[in-house]
Amino acid sequence: MIPAQFDYERPASLAEACQALAEDDEAKVLAGGQSLLPLLRLRLAYPTKLVDVGRLDELKGVHDRGDHVFIGAMATHDEVLRAPAVASGCPLVAMATAHVADPAIRHRGTFGGSLAHADPAGDLPAVVLALDGVLVARSAQGEREIPAADFFVDYLESSLAQGEILAGVRIPKPGEGWGFHYEKFHRTAQAWAIVGVAAAVRRSNGAITEARLGLTNMGATPLRAHATEAALRGVELGDAVRQACEQAADGTSPPSDLHAQPDYRRHLARVLTHRAVRTAAGSP
Amino acid sequence: MPRITVTVDGVTYEEDVEPRVLLVHLLRERLGKTGTPVGCDTSNCGACTVLLDGKSVKSCSVLAVQADGCDVVTIEGLGTSGSMHPMQQAFHEEHALQCGYCTPGMVMAAIDLLRENPDPSEETIRQGLEGNLCRCTGYCNIVRAVRRGAQEMGQAVTRS
Repeated sequence: MIPAQFDYERPASLAEACQALAEDDEAKVLAGGQSLLPLLRLRLAYPTKLVDVGRLDELKGVHDRGDHVFIGAMATHDEVLRAPAVASGCPLVAMATAHVADPAIRHRGTFGGSLAHADPAGDLPAVVLALDGVLVARSAQGEREIPAADFFVDYLESSLAQGEILAGVRIPKPGEGWGFHYEKFHRTAQAWAIVGVAAAVRRSNGAITEARLGLTNMGATPLRAHATEAALRGVELGDAVRQACEQAADGTSPPSDLHAQPDYRRHLARVLTHRAVRTAAGSP
Repeated sequence: MPRITVTVDGVTYEEDVEPRVLLVHLLRERLGKTGTPVGCDTSNCGACTVLLDGKSVKSCSVLAVQADGCDVVTIEGLGTSGSMHPMQQAFHEEHALQCGYCTPGMVMAAIDLLRENPDPSEETIRQGLEGNLCRCTGYCNIVRAVRRGAQEMGQAVTRS
């Protein structure tokens, strides 16, 4: 279908883009358009104006900044996958990005767009949540830092205010002993996750000392598997890990759709968390 | 109405376009490039794949205004009816199509895949074409065609 009418602006700077957004409550940011354009085509959204930030150099690039990696909001998935700073400083981001849609969509879709879209079925929100990323937003008032735990508010809703634009994300680099894995379960190659699990696991002397687990599509927002994280602390690899992962769906409210009912998603969360933790801990 | 400049298959066009016009509609309805079909309304099928500044994109998921200043290559820019591109020829030789609807997108995605991976394995081809759906062939002949096209294109490079 052809989208409904809207105005289009392509500001020359981030400051101008913030201004253009602030002037119109019904304006939307256009990044790579790989989530927004399908919504417009299906006429599920009727913005009055699109503010195209896709060409702003200020929002591009992936930067190694010592204790963290800064991923510009307009870095495409393809660029993220190729960035040495991501491979070395936050490999879990690369692992999940490889699962995002397909090559053509990864050429256009952006890291920041995927997060600002706040789709709980997207692969990247759970990863940024698990890694305690910090989202940096810009507006006419200046810069605001939003911890990932406060960023995802509800289904397709972030804590970005009108007039605020996501500039990039700081991903803290891990210390020694961490392993990572993203486990995605879906029906067809390019589909969204029915459930996904992002796991960062720290090991020392054969035991897990810390685990950070993000769940994809287990509620209206990405979620942390807090109960399993707590239960994994100090656990030796083996059956105790499986037992800890039995709590992976605690506190979740998974959706029901044509792919799966909530009880099946809870089952998947337990199984996939176990797989993700084992693989991240290096004992698949 | 925004005015855009876009180069398609080597010809530069200046067009006034409504912001809501999709790149695929610009190609088909304004520029007559009907070799690029619209297959779905969900960004799934990949039939409308073209190269935008050298990289594969689904032209139903790009606004024409986003292509302002860009270079587009469609299936029509690859070869002529008398002299097909090696990848087109390989699809022909290997019977890699039945209805043909997905073929333009398959060929463009295959060429994009070979850009960085000139000698891909079967697994790499299957991964590289995951965004392109074919409901006729079961993919086996498509994978064979991409292997053959890759070999032909490799030999063309060696010869030149």
